[in-house]
Amino acid sequence: MNDLILNSTTAGVAISLLAYGAGIFLRRKTKSDICNPLLISIVIVIVFLLIFRVDYDSYNKSAQYLSYLLTPATVSLAIPLYRQMDMLKKNLGAILLAVLAGVIASMGSILVLSVAFGLTHPQYVTLLPKSITTAIGMGISEELGGNVTISVAVIIVTGVFGNMIIEPICRLFRIKNPISKGLAAGTASHAIGTAKAMEMGEIEGSMSSLAIVVSGLITVVCASIFAGMY
Amino acid sequence: MRYFRQFVIIMFVTCIGEILHYLLPLPVPASIYGLVIMLALLMMHVVKLESVGRVADLLVELMPLMFIPAGVGLLVSWADMQSMLVPVLVITPVVTVIVMVVTGKVSDWLLSRTKNGRETENVVDKKVED
Repeated sequence: MNDLILNSTTAGVAISLLAYGAGIFLRRKTKSDICNPLLISIVIVIVFLLIFRVDYDSYNKSAQYLSYLLTPATVSLAIPLYRQMDMLKKNLGAILLAVLAGVIASMGSILVLSVAFGLTHPQYVTLLPKSITTAIGMGISEELGGNVTISVAVIIVTGVFGNMIIEPICRLFRIKNPISKGLAAGTASHAIGTAKAMEMGEIEGSMSSLAIVVSGLITVVCASIFAGMY
Repeated sequence: MRYFRQFVIIMFVTCIGEILHYLLPLPVPASIYGLVIMLALLMMHVVKLESVGRVADLLVELMPLMFIPAGVGLLVSWADMQSMLVPVLVITPVVTVIVMVVTGKVSDWLLSRTKNGRETENVVDKKVED
């Protein structure tokens, strides 16, 4: 099986696509965002590789081409951001300050907890971009010398967790304005949290997708400052 | 040729982002330079939304697929993960809650001080009354 996959130029891609398809199917069946297709597909592929004793390198030899378009795809995030431009301009100050506060709270609390747990510097920078969208978070983790794989895993888990708790958190802490709810969802839990924000309402949804890119960009600037602190 | 032109623009901007990443000594990923340049081009109307929109939407929709190989890599870095498993299991939920509350409360407070912000709040109030 290992040789078969090693000698194929598409096997890794095909396995990944099938697994992602299964993830989409499960989400549709359960109607729950906790069944995140990306999370499910990663688990399915890992289980598949373990059962059939396929090396990660054999799988990745072809699967790596899936990531080829990641940089242009991240550049393309400018387009959804541009579509929200009117909304952003209307409440520019409040949005930028709120997201900035969220980003600083994120990295500040990661800093404090990393010191408390005695994590190493590479472990600390691996966690720093955990609240932002995977594409930007991966880049930051790589730039700062973190473990990109672990960053991706933590980012996805953060998204799924944020998706689950955004509604109860808004109720519990009396976050009232739909703009604030959307910003909270997008800043804390990127695209996976945004899926829930879109269910909550139109303003929540567009504010959350706006916050994904804005918090990503602010994090790029702040992460290197925070990385130097520990 | 509609898609071809859109693809060319996106790849060209991406390439400029990579060149900047190579030339500038900042810890900024190449994709972020590209993103900011693309946004600037759109805002200055050098590039129209219609001339990149479809291909951009396609790439954004397919983006989750591009993270599967990295996620599966956990198989290889499991040993590294294990050494920080407990901290990660604490930090992830705690920080997520903190970020949500800080962002939401700061935004609520700032919006309640501006006219535009209060308008959005009223939109919802109206809905509730209906």
